[in-house]
Amino acid sequence: MSNTRLLLISIVAALGMLGLAFASKPLYDTFCRVTGFGGTTQIAKQAPENITDRKMTVRFDSNVMDAPIMFRPLQTSMDVKLGEHGLAFFEVTNTSEQDISLMASYNVTPHKAGLYYNKLECFCFEERVIKAGATKKLPVVFFIDPTLDDESNMDDVRTITLSYTYYQTDSFEGAANSAALN
Amino acid sequence: MAMDQVSTAHDDHAHDHKPGFFVRWFLSTNHKDIGTLYLVFALVAGIIGYTLSGIIRLELAQPGIGPLTGLMEFFGYSGDQAIEHAKHFYNVVITYHGLIMIFFMVMPALIGGFGNWFVPLMIGAPDMAFPRMNNISFWLTVAAFIMACTSMLIPGTGEFLGFGGGWVLYPPLSSATGHPGPSMDLLILSLHTAGIASILGAINFIVTILNMRAPGMTLHKMPLFAWSMLVTAVLLLLALPVLAGALTMLLTDRNFGSQFFDPSGGGDPIMFQHLFWFFGHPEVYIMILPAFGIISHIVSTFSKKPVFGYLGMAYAMVSIGAIGFIVWAHHMYTVGMPSDMKAYFVAATMVIAVPTGIKIFSWIATMWGGSIDFEVPMVWAIGFIFLFTVGGVTGVVLANAGIDHVLHDTYYVVAHFHYVLSLGAVFGLFAGWYYWFEKMFGVKYNKTIGYAHFWTMFVGSNLLFFPQHFLGLNGMPRRYIDYADGFSTWHFWSSMGYAVTLVATLIFFVGLIEAAVRRRKAVANPWGEGATTLEWTLPSPPPFHQFNELPEVKPETHH
Repeated sequence: MSNTRLLLISIVAALGMLGLAFASKPLYDTFCRVTGFGGTTQIAKQAPENITDRKMTVRFDSNVMDAPIMFRPLQTSMDVKLGEHGLAFFEVTNTSEQDISLMASYNVTPHKAGLYYNKLECFCFEERVIKAGATKKLPVVFFIDPTLDDESNMDDVRTITLSYTYYQTDSFEGAANSAALN
Repeated sequence: MAMDQVSTAHDDHAHDHKPGFFVRWFLSTNHKDIGTLYLVFALVAGIIGYTLSGIIRLELAQPGIGPLTGLMEFFGYSGDQAIEHAKHFYNVVITYHGLIMIFFMVMPALIGGFGNWFVPLMIGAPDMAFPRMNNISFWLTVAAFIMACTSMLIPGTGEFLGFGGGWVLYPPLSSATGHPGPSMDLLILSLHTAGIASILGAINFIVTILNMRAPGMTLHKMPLFAWSMLVTAVLLLLALPVLAGALTMLLTDRNFGSQFFDPSGGGDPIMFQHLFWFFGHPEVYIMILPAFGIISHIVSTFSKKPVFGYLGMAYAMVSIGAIGFIVWAHHMYTVGMPSDMKAYFVAATMVIAVPTGIKIFSWIATMWGGSIDFEVPMVWAIGFIFLFTVGGVTGVVLANAGIDHVLHDTYYVVAHFHYVLSLGAVFGLFAGWYYWFEKMFGVKYNKTIGYAHFWTMFVGSNLLFFPQHFLGLNGMPRRYIDYADGFSTWHFWSSMGYAVTLVATLIFFVGLIEAAVRRRKAVANPWGEGATTLEWTLPSPPPFHQFNELPEVKPETHH
C-alpha cells in the first residue's frame, strides 16, 4: 500500500472517531430512551389493557435549580396497581416579578424501573412560561408497565420515586406553545 | 532538474553532511534530531512537572495549610485571602502536574523521543515516512506546552489564576459554571494542539512501520519496540479524536451557548466523563506500551537470549490495546450506573490482567536460565517489572466495583496509578535512556552514577508512593490540601520519599554532566552478543543518514 493511501486511511479513521464523539450525543439519548438507562422514563401513547394485582407505591420529588420559583408535588405518594392509570399533580409558583420560562429534567429511582415507568402526558414534555406571580397546577399521567411483574430482577421493587428538577431556560422559545396549553 | 536532485542527494549521503545549527534544530526533518529535540523537551517539561509534584509533597508533609499560605503571603495576600489563594493554587498545581507529566513528559519522551530515534533504526529505514510532518508534530507540542503553562497564569475563576479542576477536566468545574475565566479556554486550545501533534505523529509511525521495514523483515520478525509503537500509534489515532470532540463540545458549551454537558438544556455532565475516559483509558496504555517494548529489548539483551514467546508478546500488546477501548467506565463506577453495567466493566477490566500477565511472565521466562549481566539498563528494567507488577496488582483490586466504591478518589488510586506510570513508565524511560544513551549521544556514561541513580530512585519512589496505599485504605481523599492529624505519619514519610527522589534526580543530572564533560568515545555495540537489533549494527552515534543500502533480514534472524 502506498504511503499516501495509508495516510488517507489514517486521516479518515481519525475523522471518523471525531465524528463518533459528536454522534455520541444523539446515541446516548437514544440509548437512554431505549434501555431506560439512568431511570429514563418511557413515553406511551396508549395505556395497557391488563391491570395486575401487584401494587406499587409511587413517590414524588421536586427540585429547583437556580430559578425564582416554588415547586412542589401536591401529593407525596400514591399507590397504583401495575397497568393502572395514575394522575398526579405538581404545583409551581413564579415568585419573581417577571415572566419566566421553565424546563424540567426527570428520572425515576431505582434506575432499573425507568424502562417500566410510562408517561401518557406530562408537563415535562415541553418548555413552560409562567407569568410573574402566577401559580400553575401541572399534571402527569402515568402507568407502570405490567410486564415488570415478569422480571425477576424487579422483585425487590416496591416503591418508585419520580423526580423532577426545574431549570430556568434563557430562551422563550416554545412560549406560544405553552401559553396555548395553559 | 532531475539531474540536480540526484547530484545533491549524492552529495549529502557521501559526506554525512549536517545542516547549520538553525536549520538543523529548528527546521529539522531528521528523525534522530527530532528524537533528540523531543527528549530535551520532555526533560524540560519533566522538570516543571516534577517541581509541581514537589510543591504538593511540601504542602502535604504536615497537616494544615502552611507552605502555600506562606507563598501567597509572599505575593501580598493576607489572612483568609492568602488561605483561599493557597487552596486554589494547590488545585492548579495538582491539575497541571497531571497534564504536564502525561502530555508533555511521558508521551513526548517515550513516543516522540525513543520512538523517533529507534523505530526507523530498528526496522532498517532511512528516516520516518513523512519527515516534515514529524517536524510539525514536534513544534506543535512545544506550542501546546507554552499555552498550557501560560494558562496557569491567567484568570481561571474570579480573582484566582489557572484552572484547578483536576486533570480530568470534568464539567461543571471546567464549564462556565466552575471556571468562567480564559484559563480553561487556553488549556482546551493547548490540549487540542497537543492532540493534533500526537495524531500526526501517530500517522507517521503507522505509515513508517507498515511501509518502510527492511527487506525480509515481516511484521512477525519486527522488533517488539516497533510493535509497541505500532499499537500505541493506532491507540493514539483512535482515542485522541474522541478527546478532541469532548473538548470541542466543552468549548462550545463555554462560549457559544451549546448545552452538551448542561442538564438545564437536556445535556448530561456524565457524558463528558464517558467521552473523556473513552480517550483516557487507552491513553494510559499509550503511556505504558512503549515502555513494554523497551523493557523487552533490555531483558533479552542482558539475558543474552531472544525474548521468550515473541509472538505472544506482540499480540499481548495488541490485545491490551484492543481491550483498552472497552473498559473505560471502570474510572467512573460511582456515577450511579446499574449493577449489570458494573459487572460488565469489572469483568472486562480483569480480562486485561491476562495479556499483561503474559508479558510479565514472558520477561521472567526470558531471564530464566539466561546468563544475566546486571548492567545499568537491566537493573532499571528489573525495577520496572517489580514496580509495574505492584501497580498491576492494586489495579486488579480497584477493578472491583464494590471495593472501588470505597477507594474511589482516595490515595489508594493515587498510589496505584503512580506505581504503573510514575514508577512503571518512568522506570521504563530511564531504562531506555541508559540502554540507548551511548547509541544516541556517542559518549559513555559513568556506570557507578547510573547504579546510584537507580538505587536512590528505587528507594525514594517506593518510600514516596507505598505509604499512599495505607493513606487511601484509611480514607484519605485525593486532591485535598489538608487532612486529619491521623494521616500525618504516612504523609510525612511520603514527602521524605520525594526528598530522596530529589537526590536521585540530582544524581541523574550529575551523570549527564559527567558524560558530557568526559566525552568517552562510545562503541557501536557496548552490550555484546545479546544486542541483536539493527541499531547496534551502526556506529554510535549513527550517521546523519543511515541505511543508504537497506539491510537484509535473513529468515533465521532473531528478534
